[in-house]
Amino acid sequence: MTASTAPAPRSVRRLGDRVFSGAALTGGLIILVALAAVAIFLVAQSIPAIGASSTDIESSGAYPNFWAYVGPLVFGTIWAALLALLFAVPFSIAIALFISHYAPRRIARALGAVIDLLAAIPSVVYGAWGIFVFAPFVQPFYAFLGSTLGWFPLFAGPVSPTGRTILTAALVLAVMVIPIVTSLSREIFLQTPRLNEEAALALGATRWEMIRMAVLPFGRSGIVAASMLGLGRALGETFAVALVLSPSVIVSAFLLKSENPTTIAANIALQFPDSYGLSVNVLIATGLILFVITFVVNAASRAIVGRRGGGKGI
Amino acid sequence: MATTTAVSSNIRAGQLPRYSPVGLLILSLIVTGGLFLVFLLAGMTAAYNVTGAIFFGLVLWVVVTYVASFLVEGSRRAKDRLVTALVCTAFGVALIPLLSLLVTVIARGAERFDGSFFSESMRNVTGVGGGAIHAIVGTVEITLAATVISVPIGLLAAIYLVEYGRGAIARGITFLVDVMTGIPSIVAGLFAYALFILLTGNAAYRSGFGGAVALSLLMIPIVVRSSEEMLKLVPMELREASYALGVPRWLTIGKVVLPTALAGIVTGIMLGIARIIGETAPLLLIAGFTDSMNYNLFNQQMMSLPVYAYTQLTNPGTPTDPFFDRAWTAALVLIAIVLLLNLIARLVARFFAPKLPR
Repeated sequence: MTASTAPAPRSVRRLGDRVFSGAALTGGLIILVALAAVAIFLVAQSIPAIGASSTDIESSGAYPNFWAYVGPLVFGTIWAALLALLFAVPFSIAIALFISHYAPRRIARALGAVIDLLAAIPSVVYGAWGIFVFAPFVQPFYAFLGSTLGWFPLFAGPVSPTGRTILTAALVLAVMVIPIVTSLSREIFLQTPRLNEEAALALGATRWEMIRMAVLPFGRSGIVAASMLGLGRALGETFAVALVLSPSVIVSAFLLKSENPTTIAANIALQFPDSYGLSVNVLIATGLILFVITFVVNAASRAIVGRRGGGKGI
Repeated sequence: MATTTAVSSNIRAGQLPRYSPVGLLILSLIVTGGLFLVFLLAGMTAAYNVTGAIFFGLVLWVVVTYVASFLVEGSRRAKDRLVTALVCTAFGVALIPLLSLLVTVIARGAERFDGSFFSESMRNVTGVGGGAIHAIVGTVEITLAATVISVPIGLLAAIYLVEYGRGAIARGITFLVDVMTGIPSIVAGLFAYALFILLTGNAAYRSGFGGAVALSLLMIPIVVRSSEEMLKLVPMELREASYALGVPRWLTIGKVVLPTALAGIVTGIMLGIARIIGETAPLLLIAGFTDSMNYNLFNQQMMSLPVYAYTQLTNPGTPTDPFFDRAWTAALVLIAIVLLLNLIARLVARFFAPKLPR
């Protein structure tokens, strides 16, 4: 079959061996081909959109070209993901520390599994929860923020009466990202050399001083990598944003207003079912840009892990 | 507000008593609870503000703990206690959305958790009634198809990486599997769409199988990663013993390595299924949505549970309540399936794991 590509030639090659190793290699190559196909098909379908004129992009024709359309979307995607990360990372580190260094040993595993449950819940359920429970819950706080801190540009009013703002979407995203960042950070904190921790404690350090001197320096690059993986997840998340926001394609950094920027993924999900012709290509092109962004973020995070790893792996 | 600590000559002198964190927490909550009760009685708030009471109670707890510890134990221990309080609070806060979500889904989903939800489709239903049997059938078919595609490819790739892979190809595959793990689900849907309109030449092509292809793109990396980990755990001695008996390599893998790692591999596959069964975006794009039953995986639009919940939420008729109720019940069924899969996976991992020499 693929005997020519099979590695490590041997003196005796049984038929079964050749078939089996060939099949295993094929399985691996299918992955290579699949990913190449993703890139090729997306590019092929995107090319017509890049040069599209204004009328094709949306029925309103408000955008002079493709880049004017995709720019605000890219801004919205990155803005929402960064906001989400701003909330998620400190919480995740604290939770990971709680599970790895504070909780009693016997229940630590169970607590980790509970946090992992957050990752198991489908995103559409998060979206529904965001609309019906979370947004009404936070709206009074937004009203309070808007009235007391309205002078601060980010919190400028008028405050959305429904609470369905980019801040809500980012908070829901943060809840979805927390289990990812937590489980990775936890693994890294648990890998801290035992002797370093014990040496710190033996010198009379309190638990926090031990964590600051031994655990956090050891885990720093791991935390960065975990955060970037979380960022990758937050960038591509669709329905938490699509359901919570009533979106418009604008650039706006205000956190509390009714008018909010949307993300690439949410925009595709909302527009796609009603699209036809070239507007489908435009949406696919925005998807390609999302793919490139998440690819870069994920590859960077893997590179950080890899440089640090040295066989330990995560 | 500092608690009085009797300075004595025992070993815990100069420290807060052991029960002080819990005691202070209860004390703080009582104080803020009482304060908000006063607000209520004074007519400053319309209803009793539970969130406010708990929130300010926690803030008070953190502050009081720090101050008390600072006065009694000094700044280093105070900082330690402060961080402990913050870390514990963070964990507690993270549980709130989980609990709130589960309570909401169970409470609101129970409304339509009845026989007709599991026996009727949405065909010709405009208001009350109707069900999701078409979505359940769709989800089962699409997920099974995705599993059938992903498991052989993922498992073979994992075998290649662990047993055969050397050099550039293996490194490339490992890297790409990592990259695949991060593909946004909506991009997987776009890929499947682009693939099938190219194959069929029909821009309106929709089918459950397309959804299965998109989902398998998301599932393959999960299967590869988990199987790889499990195969690596199989001790080298087992393989060497098998080779020493003259067993060829492929039989060694098939009869020694795979059975040893089977429980872990099954666990990984079930976690993979649990991950993709809730995916909405790719199915919305390529499998589409419909109100009618469709058993045929390869033709026409096919409903699935997540898309069902989404369409009920976003396109409600009037009155909206029956639509929202159905969405919540779909969410409840979905969460139940996901949690059940997770539970079974963990049980398999626990009870069928081989006893490895460590």
